[in-house]
Amino acid sequence: MKLRRRMKRIGVFEVVNTLVMLAVCFITLYPLWFVFINSLNAPEQAVLGTVNWFPKDISLASYSVVFNDKSLMNGFYITTLRTVIGTTAHVLFTAIVAYGLSKTQLIGRKVYLKIALITMLFSGGLIPTFILMTKLGLYDNFLVFIIPAMYTFFNMVIFMSFFRTIPESLEESAKVDGASDYGVLFRIVLPNSMAVIATISLFSAVYHWNDYYQGVIYIHSQDKLPLQTMLYKIIAENSMSFMQQQAMAQFGARLPSNSIKFASMMVATLPILLVYPFIQRYLVKGAMIGAIKG
Amino acid sequence: MFQQRSGQIKTFLRQWQLQSMVIPGIIWMLIFCYIPMLWLIIGFMDYSIAKPMLESPFVGLKHFQDFVTDERFWRSIRNTLGMSSIKLLLGFPIPILFALLLNEIRSIRFKRTVQTISYLPHFIAWTIFGGIMLNWLGEGGVINQLMMALGLQEREILFNSDPKYFWWITYFSDTLKETGWSAIIYIAAIAGIDPALYEAAELDGAGRWQRMWHITIQSIRPTIAILFILAVSGILGSNFEQIFMLKNNMNMRMAESLDLYIYNMGLVSGRYSFSTAVLFARSIVALGLLFLANYMSKKLTGDSIF
Repeated sequence: MKLRRRMKRIGVFEVVNTLVMLAVCFITLYPLWFVFINSLNAPEQAVLGTVNWFPKDISLASYSVVFNDKSLMNGFYITTLRTVIGTTAHVLFTAIVAYGLSKTQLIGRKVYLKIALITMLFSGGLIPTFILMTKLGLYDNFLVFIIPAMYTFFNMVIFMSFFRTIPESLEESAKVDGASDYGVLFRIVLPNSMAVIATISLFSAVYHWNDYYQGVIYIHSQDKLPLQTMLYKIIAENSMSFMQQQAMAQFGARLPSNSIKFASMMVATLPILLVYPFIQRYLVKGAMIGAIKG
Repeated sequence: MFQQRSGQIKTFLRQWQLQSMVIPGIIWMLIFCYIPMLWLIIGFMDYSIAKPMLESPFVGLKHFQDFVTDERFWRSIRNTLGMSSIKLLLGFPIPILFALLLNEIRSIRFKRTVQTISYLPHFIAWTIFGGIMLNWLGEGGVINQLMMALGLQEREILFNSDPKYFWWITYFSDTLKETGWSAIIYIAAIAGIDPALYEAAELDGAGRWQRMWHITIQSIRPTIAILFILAVSGILGSNFEQIFMLKNNMNMRMAESLDLYIYNMGLVSGRYSFSTAVLFARSIVALGLLFLANYMSKKLTGDSIF
């Protein structure tokens, strides 16, 4: 009885701890709220600086600049294309390689696995990789987003260990019915691996959506820049696209680049925020697999 | 012997489907991992991108001598170690602390909500997160407003233009972005602790802090040890996406990490051979650190990474 009473008592610690957790939530969410309100802030108000809690006058003027900016919208298109194609290519390619490697009767399996493992320990690094991409014709080429990101050792191992948990008997019965190895993979194994496919797809998609660095290094033409690289240029290098400059001139000082910045940041983050509540449990699952493997 | 060989070849041909799944992957690895490894050799050459590699003259350790006598190289080492040390000493315990405190929350729903919110920033791009930081640290930004309201400073400070704040900016912004995500592994480890242990301790009259110390922390010690060792072995690395976003010409003195030095020397100044020499030296040291970490982990916890 004594034990139960103690369990139910709400002490100072509980109150303080709850407050700490609420503070964590606030600190985590506030940056996003900050972007949101400042992207809505009316241009006249935004001249005076940023607002901290609520927009003074709600206006969509900055959004209309962003959505009318042809180069930003092209960046949005490139990013979407890259996310869809890049994720599909990554999942298919890595899963197929992993399925082959999961079969112990595979001749040369030990050598293949060694070749794969060594890539974890050594790497060429930035400069040799850059030279390679140039020689392969991938510099300033959209495929630089796709091909080098088609495979990672880590995800291959996750796929491989998952495939090995699928009961042999399932595959055997399909084989008896005359299915080829590809048939077994696509009709039996992959449909039974949806959870792990979802997890790896999401990580790959988030990578493709958020990456700005590949674009900084490998892309030269304006029309191939992904959205995040454009944002990098707008925010860190303070460069403005032609359309933005025009818009600035049109509004005079009334439309400061700040609210355009925040509106473009919002546009780049919104897809992630919208799907986050639905996908977060897969993301955690992925982190767990990573933790066990690590 | 010969028969065994030919038997293997037959099996190989019979399993051509499986082989055709794996071999493209191996070719991918040879191209995108092994060729760059081989090209580390240009660190010993005077390589120019216009000529075929083998026509470039060998210059031995020239570039290695050049970088060890370059002050900017040592500055980048200092910056890397400085930022890594702050992250290691002050940043490493924070996710553990967060996991411990979160574990004490009784309402499962509240716990889940806090956790879900806490790792959201991990999925926000550094362009966005860095952009917010740059705004906050600038003139009239949130940080200046807060510090002045608290009476901690009298005038506005342009935090991101003054090099002396840079290491701390990377530390704070990293903590803000990654604490929740890094805590996941500890939260999972804590969830795996047998509840009977807590009940037994409670019957023995152990208070909250005693339980936290003697059961929770002791149980997750192997996890902490492995992650700490991994963090130590990564001390020569830096969060490039973060630094690249927050750096500018004014704070470069403190912002240029080893990674950024290699980038600046190689891709900005076009000194491919020179920066490849730096890369080469760094990968040797990093590999040594990894083996050392693995050895230490084996000694301390019996667990090793490979």
